[in-house]
Amino acid sequence: MTSIGTGYDLSNSVFSPDGRNFQVEYATKAVENGGTAIGIRCKDGVVLAVEKIITSKLLKPGTNKRIATVDKHVGVVSSGLVPDGRHFVSRARDEASSWRRFIKGPIHTSVLASRLGSYVQMYTLYSSVRPFGVTTIIGGWDSEDELPVDGEVGSGPKVGAGGRDESLRSGGPGLYMIEPSGLYWGYYGAATGKGRQAAKGELEKLNLQNGTLSLLDGVKEAARIIYVAHDDSKDKDFELEMTWISGKDGPTKGRHEEVPAKLREEAEKAAKKALEPDDEEDDAARGDRMEE
Amino acid sequence: MDHLKKGEVNLGTTIIAINFKDGVILGADSRTTTGAYIANRVTDKLTQVHDTIWCCRSGSAADTQAVADIVQYNLEQYGVEYDMPPTTQTAAAMFQELCYHNKDRLSAGIIIAGYDPRHGGQVYSIPLGGSLHKQSYAIGGSGSTYIYGYCHANWREGMTEEEGINFVKGALQEAIKWDGSSGGVIRMVVLTAKGAVRHVYLPDNGYTGPGTK
Repeated sequence: MTSIGTGYDLSNSVFSPDGRNFQVEYATKAVENGGTAIGIRCKDGVVLAVEKIITSKLLKPGTNKRIATVDKHVGVVSSGLVPDGRHFVSRARDEASSWRRFIKGPIHTSVLASRLGSYVQMYTLYSSVRPFGVTTIIGGWDSEDELPVDGEVGSGPKVGAGGRDESLRSGGPGLYMIEPSGLYWGYYGAATGKGRQAAKGELEKLNLQNGTLSLLDGVKEAARIIYVAHDDSKDKDFELEMTWISGKDGPTKGRHEEVPAKLREEAEKAAKKALEPDDEEDDAARGDRMEE
Repeated sequence: MDHLKKGEVNLGTTIIAINFKDGVILGADSRTTTGAYIANRVTDKLTQVHDTIWCCRSGSAADTQAVADIVQYNLEQYGVEYDMPPTTQTAAAMFQELCYHNKDRLSAGIIIAGYDPRHGGQVYSIPLGGSLHKQSYAIGGSGSTYIYGYCHANWREGMTEEEGINFVKGALQEAIKWDGSSGGVIRMVVLTAKGAVRHVYLPDNGYTGPGTK
């Protein structure tokens, strides 16, 4: 920490002589201690998952959700300071509803990410505020259908609109991650929080860029990755929270919803099993060992 | 249209927009009146708000021009900011927002028609109160009252471009014949994957030409 004592880390928005913004870097540190959050962009949907560390036995299980719905087709999960995440969600909802008021339709995931990226970036510019202590993953599904105007009545010709390009594919899954600096990228798989390194490693192995992973497999992988990422740390108990968004032909019909308990439990069971050391390997290891 | 100010220019009008096989066709007469006086006999009531999103204006010329200007500006911003062209729905939503929230102050009856590759051709109508209607075809303006029967009898789904043009022209000719506030030339815009093409038909030759040029 060369920054200590230099004074360049005391106020937000002040550059150090070598071009760094220490307050933003400290915010990133806050994120690095948060529960692992991941997002997977599958061919037919998006999965969001978070490792919710149980800080007290007095907390009721299954409550205090960490993944929020922003509009019916968009979900947000964050890692870092929980109240900062809540404020971020509140802003995301404002952006989505303002879009609905003006454009009378669902906001594109890419547009929402861009708006929120700009919002987060603003908190790096002024000495009166501090940067967001969260890195946020935004998952959404842009409708592949014809989009009506909210509130319109009537329909076009029974034969359908003329001149439509039938080969054109529109909409689909979207996944973005925004960092405390306001930097955001679109991702195939995104991970943040304490176990991000392990999670990123696992995500890379999925070869998501091929666009072959199905949403159902994505749910299983997401659960496994959260368990793998947790395994590396010595944290106490955690709860797995998972949501998903599919296209109109999928299980959620374009909506951001919690993964059904039954499916989540199934995925958790498989995740735990995958983590257990392999018996055969154990035997082999034992065989190598000399015993008397 | 009783509440026009004294001397206010009125688009005592016939406007129409239809869906056809490859997209949409907009049509309008060209008469603008101030009371009984024809202020403009070659008005262009077909206004472009984006590359292939256009509207037909009826009611107060000033009000509808102002509304179309605002929508045109917003659609251009949309296209630049989000790096994708706005859809006809987006345009319709913007028009409706303005027409509904300012309904007490506006006299505007607008038909929006547009083409985009994803949705094909679409027609939306926003009558006086600011409601939004998606339709196969829409007619509006004072002259439209004379052609409800014509349109109902002659309208078919999935017409070819030539059939569509003849339908629009036939309807407008009838409206011009019976409505004192409609007249002049017939203007049309054809919106398809190929873009926007303008047509004009003059009364001199019984509205047979010159067509696209």
